[in-house]
Amino acid sequence: MTLLLSHLSRHFTDAAALDDVSLAIAPGEFLALLGSSGSGKTTLLRILAGLDYPQTGSVTWGGHDLLNMNARERKVGLVFQHYALFRHLTVTENIAFGLRVRPRHARPARAEISARVEKLLKRVQLEGYGKRFPAQLSGGQRQRVALARALAVEPELLLLDEPFGALDAQVRIALRRWLRNLHEELGLTTVFVTHDQEEALELADRVAVMNRGRIEQVGTPEAIYQQPATPFVCEFIGKVNKFELRREQDRLICGALELGADPWARRYDRAVAYIRPEHLALSASGWKAHLRHIYLAGSVAHLELALDASEQIIEVDVPSEDLLQMSLQPGAELYVEARTATVFPLLDAPGEAKPEDRRVLKPHQRA
Amino acid sequence: MKATPRVSRPVSWPRLLLHILLILIVVCFMGVFLLLPLATVFVEALRSGVHAFMQAIAQREALSSMRLTLFVAAIAVPLNLIFGVAAAWAMTRFEFRGKALLGTFIDLPFSVSPVISGLLYVLLFGAQGWFGPWLDQHGVRIIFAVPSLVLVTIFITLPFVARELIPLMQAQGSDEEEAARVLGASAWQMFFRVTLPNIRWALLYGVLLCKARAMGEFGAVSVVSGHIRGLTTTMPREVEMRYNEYDYVGAFAVASLLALLALLTLAVKTLLEWRYGDQIAQHTPAGH
Repeated sequence: MTLLLSHLSRHFTDAAALDDVSLAIAPGEFLALLGSSGSGKTTLLRILAGLDYPQTGSVTWGGHDLLNMNARERKVGLVFQHYALFRHLTVTENIAFGLRVRPRHARPARAEISARVEKLLKRVQLEGYGKRFPAQLSGGQRQRVALARALAVEPELLLLDEPFGALDAQVRIALRRWLRNLHEELGLTTVFVTHDQEEALELADRVAVMNRGRIEQVGTPEAIYQQPATPFVCEFIGKVNKFELRREQDRLICGALELGADPWARRYDRAVAYIRPEHLALSASGWKAHLRHIYLAGSVAHLELALDASEQIIEVDVPSEDLLQMSLQPGAELYVEARTATVFPLLDAPGEAKPEDRRVLKPHQRA
Repeated sequence: MKATPRVSRPVSWPRLLLHILLILIVVCFMGVFLLLPLATVFVEALRSGVHAFMQAIAQREALSSMRLTLFVAAIAVPLNLIFGVAAAWAMTRFEFRGKALLGTFIDLPFSVSPVISGLLYVLLFGAQGWFGPWLDQHGVRIIFAVPSLVLVTIFITLPFVARELIPLMQAQGSDEEEAARVLGASAWQMFFRVTLPNIRWALLYGVLLCKARAMGEFGAVSVVSGHIRGLTTTMPREVEMRYNEYDYVGAFAVASLLALLALLTLAVKTLLEWRYGDQIAQHTPAGH
């Protein structure tokens, strides 16, 4: 069953949380909604869970109108950012809640409920914790109870709101992989909201990058990283060096720096270029620069350079081993080559770009 | 076990003096303003012996005032419990126009003098009041009758439950309620299985405070009651009347009963705190 969101809009009194959002989610897919706070990602998740409603647009699931269904009919499981466990109930009672509140004819027998709870406790590796209260559990354990509680009603769609946000780094990584396995094992469709790009890129089949209530780009993690579709995605995902460009005759330049030929046949006068630090390399020719700082981060060293031609500070990533051989000191004179640059034309209105006219330049490609 | 030496900051004598002085001030204050008056009530009540005390409270007027006080509280407290929960719910779970105004209205009975509150009801329902003539025609008596006592008591005790619940419900947020909804609970199931258990201690405190005030209210009740002995005289009014009639033993006997009711409330509260202390700690947001 494909989950089809079309033209969803949700306005709050002061701002638009969702602005004409359309998205198709395939059955069995693991989708990440990635964005900063206020991007509308949580609102989208709440609409799917039935806790909020859009002013316009529709959500269908296998042809059925999801917005007209109540929570029980939706078969949706939701894990809250802060777990929202019932603090007055034990772990067992928490997990059984969704089954116990069913009307009598749909409610499983007492023995079946406790059997199911036991099975779920085992699945989330919390056997023997059934009698504890949420306050007696660690963050990671609470998270898994919340997950078991959501799974108890046998949902077909699992929604997770910042599932790892409140956990410390080590628990987070372990739980991430475990969740990914669980998703595959149960054959669920999973949508999770995160502001952590690393998490989204590592876990998801597809990532939807959201900004100010709109979806900027949907694609595989690789496509999002390698072929960012909009300036926002360029700046939001990974590190990037940004160059404001001007067209001079048929060339695109930034100060005294030349990035390449105008790809738009003189249609635009201004443009913006993005170059990732790993797409820059030290070499014998290219742009002249001076080294300002070296930030050694394990296998990779981040070099902070000042370009002579444009007086701009840029970052270049080089393998730490290469750096060792060069024995560089701050102040050293260097040459930098850019392998690929993603450029977008800028319109007259400030900050406005045309994503459909995105081009990739090779500033230092040798003929 | 190895004894660990207790390390404490050496206290210089001016400091020590200050400590003692502060403690003394608190003890004296408590004694003079709290314990002494309370003790006086019981001492005065029993001044002429247990027999006189029993006689004083067995009088028809005393018994009827007790009945009336309990009757009024038995109506006002449950009504304010329902109103308080509904108001706290509205204030903490919804955004709407006029929310600040509703908050102000809830606090109104706190800020208006009880005598004025009583007067307001006289102005509304009294013989010369807005609805007085109409009510008179239909044979309904409110002012100088029991209904007015119930009405003013509800008004006076209106904020207690709501004010106790609002900060707690605000701090707890609506996550758990939303979780219950997504898990398929109906609105009532959500309320009785999630909301109510989470607010039960605050609710209990609110009800106890509400009850104490409902039974002790004097000013507003005094204005609307009409001082009809045996009919519209609550316990606080009965105390005053007996005192004015120089029946000191009688006045203090009834007063001691009122004080006993208050002490009983305190005892119940303390008992519950002691018995369920760990649960209460769990239910306050800081402990979560």
